[in-house]
Amino acid sequence: MLAENLAVVAPELLLAVLAMAFLMLGAFSSRAMDGPILWGATIVLAVVGLWIGFQPEGTRTAFDGSFVSDGFARFSKVMVLFGAAATLALSRDYLQKNDLLKYEYPVLAMLAAVGMMTMVSARDLIVLYLGLELQSLALYVVAAFRRDSLRSTEAGLKYFVLGALSSGLLLYGASLTYGYSGTTAFAGIGVSLEGGHVPLGLLFGLVFLVAGMAFKVSAVPFHMWTPDVYEGSPTPVTLFFATAPKVAAAAMIARLLYDAFGGATADWQQILVFLSIASMFLGAVGGIGQRNFKRLMAYSSINHMGFVLMGLAAGTEQGAQAMLIYLAIYVTMNVGAFAFILNMEKDGKPVTDLYSLGLYSRVAPARAAALAVLMFSMAGVPPLVGFFGKFYVLTAAVDAGLVWLAIAGVVASVIAAYYYLRIVFLMYFGEAVDGLDGRMPGLHWGFLGASALAMLLGIVNLFGVETIAGAAAMTLFQ
Amino acid sequence: MDNLLSLVTFLPLIGAIVLLVFLRGDDEHAQRNAKMLALVTTSATFLLSIFVMTGFDPSNTGFQFVEESPWLGGLTYKLGVDGLSVLFVMLTTFLMPITIGASWHVTDRVKEYMIAFLVLETFMIGVFVALDLVLFYIFFEAGLIPMFLIIGIWGGKERIYASFKFFLYTFLGSVLMLVAMIAMWMQAGTTDIPTLMTHQFSSDPITVLGINVVGGVQTLLFIAFFASFAVKLPMWPVHTWLPDAHVQAPTAGSVVLAAILLKMGGYGFLRFSLPMFPVGSEVMQDFVFVLSAMAIIYTSLVALVQDDMKKLIAYSSVAHMGFVTMGIFAFNQQGVDGALFQMISHGFISGALFLIVGVIYDRMHTREIAAYGGLVIRMPAYALIFMLFTMGNVGLPGTSGFVGEFLTLAGVYQVSTWVAFFAATGVILSAAYALYLYRRVVFGDLIKGSLKTIQDMSRREKLLFAPLVAGTIILGVYPAAVLDVVGPSVAALVEAQQTAAAAADTAVELAAN
Repeated sequence: MLAENLAVVAPELLLAVLAMAFLMLGAFSSRAMDGPILWGATIVLAVVGLWIGFQPEGTRTAFDGSFVSDGFARFSKVMVLFGAAATLALSRDYLQKNDLLKYEYPVLAMLAAVGMMTMVSARDLIVLYLGLELQSLALYVVAAFRRDSLRSTEAGLKYFVLGALSSGLLLYGASLTYGYSGTTAFAGIGVSLEGGHVPLGLLFGLVFLVAGMAFKVSAVPFHMWTPDVYEGSPTPVTLFFATAPKVAAAAMIARLLYDAFGGATADWQQILVFLSIASMFLGAVGGIGQRNFKRLMAYSSINHMGFVLMGLAAGTEQGAQAMLIYLAIYVTMNVGAFAFILNMEKDGKPVTDLYSLGLYSRVAPARAAALAVLMFSMAGVPPLVGFFGKFYVLTAAVDAGLVWLAIAGVVASVIAAYYYLRIVFLMYFGEAVDGLDGRMPGLHWGFLGASALAMLLGIVNLFGVETIAGAAAMTLFQ
Repeated sequence: MDNLLSLVTFLPLIGAIVLLVFLRGDDEHAQRNAKMLALVTTSATFLLSIFVMTGFDPSNTGFQFVEESPWLGGLTYKLGVDGLSVLFVMLTTFLMPITIGASWHVTDRVKEYMIAFLVLETFMIGVFVALDLVLFYIFFEAGLIPMFLIIGIWGGKERIYASFKFFLYTFLGSVLMLVAMIAMWMQAGTTDIPTLMTHQFSSDPITVLGINVVGGVQTLLFIAFFASFAVKLPMWPVHTWLPDAHVQAPTAGSVVLAAILLKMGGYGFLRFSLPMFPVGSEVMQDFVFVLSAMAIIYTSLVALVQDDMKKLIAYSSVAHMGFVTMGIFAFNQQGVDGALFQMISHGFISGALFLIVGVIYDRMHTREIAAYGGLVIRMPAYALIFMLFTMGNVGLPGTSGFVGEFLTLAGVYQVSTWVAFFAATGVILSAAYALYLYRRVVFGDLIKGSLKTIQDMSRREKLLFAPLVAGTIILGVYPAAVLDVVGPSVAALVEAQQTAAAAADTAVELAAN
């Protein structure tokens, strides 16, 4: 029995054990091991990602159904692990230049990844909370990773205080849910909702749960930490924040709402519609005035999360599929864009001012073109793949009868297009400035180029992601 | 040649990729190669498209040269042409070599410039041949990217403002269309345009936000599409992006914008609004008429007071597009025939007029009308060509401009005498602003010192105008060249619209009894 259970959680176990091993290795050896540990962690994450990707189909549960490995969980885990691996691979140069290359960073990233994998597999409120806290605690520390920087410690503290508050909300919601349904298992909560009647206490629990989780995807009005943390954290950490945790949190919300609260769709749909509209518009409007590229990306991710929530709000299988497709595209675009931002520097100092991009297309035409492609893709302009992400989400929303939400979404996307266009404008016909120097390591260029190329070529068949996401979304409804 | 349309559509893109991958360096030699390659690609595209024209059977009102293959979930990659679209494909392929030729003096980032135009050509042709809703949308929107860069990088002083305004304005118009398209997909279960043309969307009155909508879903869908096409065309009062974009764009950009991009709006009305929402179109007919008449009179008056040549021509474009929308919404053979004719003819004439401005702008680097005068003394050939297209713009019989205006007016007269009356004043006003422009630029004494040494048109420039001159005169003298091609398709379209609208009217009457 135990062996069967352990077989299901084998990837998580392996990752956790290796994280401990790396921790010991780092603690008891010289600093010369810091670099190899980073690479080791990168490879481990990528390999575990591949392993999960090639696991046989089917739904396997462990520990009395509180942990599940189904298509949906595996799809999300692959995104989480590849996002984390890409982050670590891109981090090295930046960390080394800024004297931040310490073994704790990859170890914390691995532990966060374990937490995220637990989040997307949780089918019990307690397991969900465990995963969430493991992830959050690791992230609090990496946000403040540059200890001697005021900005970074401020970011870490802000994230910690607000994160603790949101965890409290979530826990309160979980206890209310437990009190009114008598169980913490998703399946049990689902049973208690059968018959269509939602007790008021359970409704309260639902609202608090959603509020706590909205914080994790930085949905408005729980987004306040995002710009500051994005700006203050070291750039590789910002990239980490922008990719893996967002995927994990969105997938977690999807499972909780569809699985446990599937009987109360009409109740949570209104909440998600509000969160979605507010995020899309605040993300779009808030980014307009930004001069700092990292802050801009924070607002951009708030805006994108609004679209992700739009897919969720549909409450259908199609919506879940659209959400997964959107997340996959979002992660790809962000990895590419941050591969660029990581290399924005002048005289060895990192630069994040947008205006330093003035006429960058004359300095490095290929890099500028790749970033321009990514920006158009983020704006959702066809024929780039970013458009398809929005298209699927909008289709799901319209199909679910949320036409007004879809209209709000496209209007917000036009507003957001302004700041993406502004980056293209600065690079191609802005004022020439003595902005950026610095070469770009081949690895980074590879990520940037591959990401941009994927946005261009994906129009043919989206690399099959559509089908896989469809199959993954289906398992959520079994 | 099963894939003829795909080949015509994507040949320019292939040329652009070749340019991007294989052309290195930015010296004079490389620049020349880029220009030559672009010219060869666009010319080859034109030659290929001639096969489409010769193989096209006008009497067949269905889609021809159809290609179809499955694409992403539920969507299809489907291309085809009918009488409404085939001439727009021809217009595009015909004008592109001319615009490349008109860009021969460009020296800044020539490679990127040519790539932008080639990519733009693919998207423009794609709009006219796409037979899948989403495919159409992709081509329709994708054109914004190269055009944004063309205006932004190679444009004039106020290019930043103009390029942003162009992009965001048209983007906002189109995204509503996207939502409407998705709604249509969900309702009809397909994105196939020929199937949707025969699908009857519900026209039962519904209530939205407390407002009773006559024509129901059809009217709502119509409005969403209208938002997109009206901005693109553009119609008064959402035309304000056009003068800015035109004035700031480089000459070739203005030509493409006026001659082809604007036509996408008119084409959209004919391809989507009329056949798919016949009742919605009927409901909105008066509204469109009023906007059209306003456009014709108001923008003509605005054109009269412009002191920038490009701006004047831009406003005259808006006025001429007013005739197009008016003709389309007359819902009869003359009106729609006239609208199509007007669009083709305007493609030649406005394209030529922007080239004409480009000729003297290249020499004097100003578009201000007051900076010129008496050009006929130094530039007789230029004055002659300018006069021909001025007459075309005015709508003088014998030029193609006359046929379109006459037919649309004839079509509208059958529906509404008043609209025809107001629109006809536009003919007079267009004569006023066009001749006034011509007098100020070409006639008078040559008193400006800087003009005393101005050179007449070079052989390259004359060569560029030759096909446009021929087109304008041939279509003016022998309009059947166009009308025979579009006629049967237009007849089928008008009949389908009338039948559907009549059926809906009967249903309403039955319900009322």
